Amino acid sequence: MATKVSERGGASAPAKRSPFLVELYRSALGKKYVMAITGIIFMGYVLAHMFGNLKLYQSAAEFNAYAEFLGTILYPIAPDGAVLNVLRVMLLGALILHVTAAFQLTQMNRNARPDSYRSKRDFVAADFAARTMRWTGVIVLLFIGYHLADFTFGWVNPAAEGATLYEKVIASFSNPAIAGFYLVANLALGLHLYHGVWSLFQSMGWNNRRFNHWRRYLAVAFTVVVVGGNLSFPIAVQVGLIS
Amino acid sequence: MTVLDNKVPDGPIESLWDDHKFSMKLVNPSNKRKFDIIIVGTGLAGASAAATLGELGYRVKVFTFHDSPRRAHSIAAQGGINAAKNYHGDGDSVFRLFYDTVKGGDYRSREANVYRLAQVSNNIIDQCVAQGVPFAREYGGLLDNRSFGGAQVSRTFYARGQTGQQLLLGAYQALARQVKAGTVEVVTNAEMLDVVVVDGRAAGIITRDLVTGEISRHSAHATVLGTGGYSNVFYLSTNAMTCNVTAAWRAHRKGAFFANPAYTQIHPTAIPSSDEFQSKLTLMSESLRNDGRIWVPNDPDETRAAADIPESDRDYYLERRYPSFGNLAPRDISSRAAKIVVDEGKGVGPLKNGVYLDFADAIGRLGRDAVADKYGNLFDMYERITGENPYDVPMRIYPAVHYTMGGLWVDYHLQTTIPGLFAIGEANFSDHGANRLGASALMQGLADGYFVLPHTVGDYLAPQLGQPKVDTSAPEFDAAEEGVRAQIDGFLHTKGTRSVDWFHRELGKIMWDYCGMERSKVGLEKALSEIPALRAEFESDVRVLGAADTLNSSLEKAGRVADFFELGELMCKDALVREESAGGHFRVEHQTDEGEALRDDDNFAHVTAWEWTGTPAEPNEHREALDFTNVKLSTRSYK
Amino acid sequence: MNLTLRVWRQAGPDAPGRFETYQATDISEHSSFLEMLDNVNEGLIEVGEEPIEFMHDCREGICGTCGIMINGQAHGPAQSTATCQLHMRSFSDGDELVLEPWRASGFPIIKDLVVDRAAFDRIIEEGGYITVDTASAPDANLIPIPKETADFAMDAAACIGCGACVAACPNGAAQLFTAAKIAHLNVLPQGQAERYQRTEGMVDVMEEYFGSCTNMGECEAACPKGISIDFIATMNKDYRKAKSQNRRSS
Ligand SMILES: Cc1cc2nc3c(=O)[nH]c(=O)nc-3n(C[C@H](O)[C@H](O)[C@H](O)COP(=O)(O)OP(=O)(O)OC[C@H]3O[C@@H](n4cnc5c(N)ncnc54)[C@H](O)[C@@H]3O)c2cc1C
Ligand code: SF4
Ligand code: FES
Repeated sequence: MATKVSERGGASAPAKRSPFLVELYRSALGKKYVMAITGIIFMGYVLAHMFGNLKLYQSAAEFNAYAEFLGTILYPIAPDGAVLNVLRVMLLGALILHVTAAFQLTQMNRNARPDSYRSKRDFVAADFAARTMRWTGVIVLLFIGYHLADFTFGWVNPAAEGATLYEKVIASFSNPAIAGFYLVANLALGLHLYHGVWSLFQSMGWNNRRFNHWRRYLAVAFTVVVVGGNLSFPIAVQVGLIS
Repeated sequence: MTVLDNKVPDGPIESLWDDHKFSMKLVNPSNKRKFDIIIVGTGLAGASAAATLGELGYRVKVFTFHDSPRRAHSIAAQGGINAAKNYHGDGDSVFRLFYDTVKGGDYRSREANVYRLAQVSNNIIDQCVAQGVPFAREYGGLLDNRSFGGAQVSRTFYARGQTGQQLLLGAYQALARQVKAGTVEVVTNAEMLDVVVVDGRAAGIITRDLVTGEISRHSAHATVLGTGGYSNVFYLSTNAMTCNVTAAWRAHRKGAFFANPAYTQIHPTAIPSSDEFQSKLTLMSESLRNDGRIWVPNDPDETRAAADIPESDRDYYLERRYPSFGNLAPRDISSRAAKIVVDEGKGVGPLKNGVYLDFADAIGRLGRDAVADKYGNLFDMYERITGENPYDVPMRIYPAVHYTMGGLWVDYHLQTTIPGLFAIGEANFSDHGANRLGASALMQGLADGYFVLPHTVGDYLAPQLGQPKVDTSAPEFDAAEEGVRAQIDGFLHTKGTRSVDWFHRELGKIMWDYCGMERSKVGLEKALSEIPALRAEFESDVRVLGAADTLNSSLEKAGRVADFFELGELMCKDALVREESAGGHFRVEHQTDEGEALRDDDNFAHVTAWEWTGTPAEPNEHREALDFTNVKLSTRSYK
Repeated sequence: MNLTLRVWRQAGPDAPGRFETYQATDISEHSSFLEMLDNVNEGLIEVGEEPIEFMHDCREGICGTCGIMINGQAHGPAQSTATCQLHMRSFSDGDELVLEPWRASGFPIIKDLVVDRAAFDRIIEEGGYITVDTASAPDANLIPIPKETADFAMDAAACIGCGACVAACPNGAAQLFTAAKIAHLNVLPQGQAERYQRTEGMVDVMEEYFGSCTNMGECEAACPKGISIDFIATMNKDYRKAKSQNRRSS
């Protein structure tokens, strides 16, 4: 095919300047940074969330007090619940960015191979976690919705009106189906985290030949801690360790 | 027979090129864009020429039948590139590189060209380093060198075992930069099938788009062929599968003389073939001979594994016969020495068709890691192909056709006998005489493309300022296109019984048997009767399936093999008339008592350049006398 | 040995394709994969069927021309091995092999197992070079370059441009190829002047043709030259810097 290379020759006129971040976001790599940075925010969040919830093991009072405390951070400097709400908005924003970027990148990748292989692929390096990011992502997203409806808004929580958060947790996790769903969702979260944590180093370009293999270890350690903690709660309720 | 004028200016050789550059005509910078130049080939020669001419401001169109310029066969060169930098203070100089090259070529090359080559060799290294070619370096950060066959100094620059790749990527990237700048247009998947000559000058070319089958015409003020060598006439060679002679041959048929076709190089270190279905031979870089020792068992009936054969039962025949060069004897000598021991029945391996190249000593001396560092990728490649691990068992090697010193005849300006048609790189015949030294082909390709052609093309173009290029509707273009179409239709309509590859393989066997490492009058005459017969069969019995308007590699190959037939005949003819042994051309009738090549300087210190007459069997012979005023003709000795 | 091949046949870029089944008989285990295909093709020509078109040239693993998806793996099952360097001893008698072309929208199919990889050239044209006119270079030993740096550049420069990374990538991304070229030039002192123009230019063109990386590592596993995905991380970092630097300087 006579590919006339010079047709593209010469720099095309630069498009109208947009703010730096917007311009960066236009590129796929920019979207990857967004995925990585919002990912880091979520990492901080899930870690803190898991640690905070360990108070379940102390006592109902401690746990409820902790929940109370979250609402009153910096009070009275900031109004009651303000910081928590700011944090919530930030998380929501991060979530929207994370999901939007993921969606757009997925779209781009679909376009990059509209015609897929007819024979079965034999993957060598891409592990299950890496290949299922989209699906674990969707599961986690659905789970977040349910989780909020369960504990934050209480819409689907089986506990009686006016129950404490502790009571709500026990009520939910006593139901084997709900406990099971939490387990599955957290395993999905684990897969998502494992690949995500390792991956963000790549996306951000944080690499150094001497330390690169540590990135995998870190991903494993982080995932085990967070998911291990999270899984323990419904199990503890089911086996009667906390009630 | 005419005596050709090589246009070498008079003067002392040291300043010949610089003085000549001053006296050549120049095209003013703003006028350069009024000239169109066609370059065929994107190997080291073509890509470097195109990039440089583009930088200068000419309008350049480059053609390659490859799908990207980066795939040209130059990519496969492993060992390295020579330059007279003398970075290691071991006594190298421009004159020594010149001297070694003339001597290595068995005194059959043109002094003035070789001297120029040695001079610009240093600029090549500078240029390539500036382009980012990652040559090997020493711990102090300066460039490393290795030694290569035929030289007693370390002057070979290398990039692991991938020197050709890195040099070609450098040239390709320079080309890409010009594409971006809009000075060069690259046309890929386009095979040149004819040169168009109008009023005695090259006016352009005809190409076929290998993907769509479209035939198109292109005209320019000058045309340059950097289309590589013709080793594949032997079918089995170390060249890439698509290397062919078509561009050069069709230029020959249009009037360009073909020089010294019989000078072919057989490389001593290729992997022996494993069976008859083999499609090509794989080279193991000559650099391996720096540390590997070559030997065969003394006893033809030896059955022990290599490691179990004691020193006393081994024959390190190169070290024995050529004590001062030993395993680094030049290619032609090492190859023939291997043939001799294998013919004596001392060959090793299942088919007894190889000799050992043994690293046990080097591993003992330097350690396995150091050996791996130097040759790791070559060892891996060997293991992939043979399934044997060369760290543990010696490699098996055997000579294979590798390079062709012959090619289109060019003068000092690299211009062929058709004005306006230039030939560079392996496609021309100019610098290596009857034998090329290792690591000099890359040097020559880049010298021609970066540093010589850009000047000499200017000298040709300057007087044509203001003249338009020939219109592609000229009758000569019609005729050329007609010829191309007729040939393609012919192949598709022959509807014979045998594949193109079958004919190619048969031709290859004839060439290897009679025009290979050893040639004799009887054999060559036999070949000269067998080739035309096989060609006639090819013309009437070849089977090419498919259509002309799609990708059709059998069709492409049919055209190439047709040209190989005619070339093969000319090679045998050339080998027959050259009644001497020189470099890669060894006539059994002309050897010393010790079996070394016997030159005949009184009668054959000339280049033979053949003119096409329309009948392959009856080419016209022309000669260019070779004068040696700076190097004394002597018997080449590597003892 | 004898094998059954299921080969993707497609007459042209827009023609529909399908798998055809062929038998490869009496194949020597020493022959290369492509020699096995040559053999099958000879048989096809004999019976008057058009031979299978496949990409190849050097058959030494260096030109980057060859490339077939063999049983779901780019360049087949052997590690760090291009299709042409794959030998039949990697398979067993009686195996069934499925052969498909590289599939990616950046690599449109031309015929059978042949694809058009010109997009790679477009990426290089956008800055995959160092600007230095012929004959304007200083002495080669003027700037010492630490061996480590030269080796690192060489590791990256070893890429043969075969496109297996794209073919193997579940996202059809060309990060490994692009990152390797960028890393080769960006690490060298000669490459500094254009470092950021190069990075931004090449990445942007890459994204016009190919997908986006999700750090799966399939490219590295398929790469015949063992190019490391570490280069991708380096490219990602340079791109970010490039975006802000180039903004400031333009
Ligand atoms: C395995 C191997 C190892 C080698 N190692 C070394 C080494 O270590 N050192 C050394 O100095 N030399 C080495 N050589 C020799 C050296 O590589 C070649 O001589 C040199 O690269 C030739 O360069 P070139 O530019 O003349 O031609 P090539 O690189 O062969 O390029 C030919 C170009 O012409 C194009 N072309 C040809 N015909 C047509 C046509 N009809 N229409 C359109 N395009 C056409 C092709 O597409 C290609 O782009 C080696 C050779 C081989 C085979
Ligand atoms: S990075 Fe590897 S797989 Fe990709 S093109 Fe280069 S050599 Fe091929
Ligand atoms: S054919 Fe050249 S890399 Fe495989």
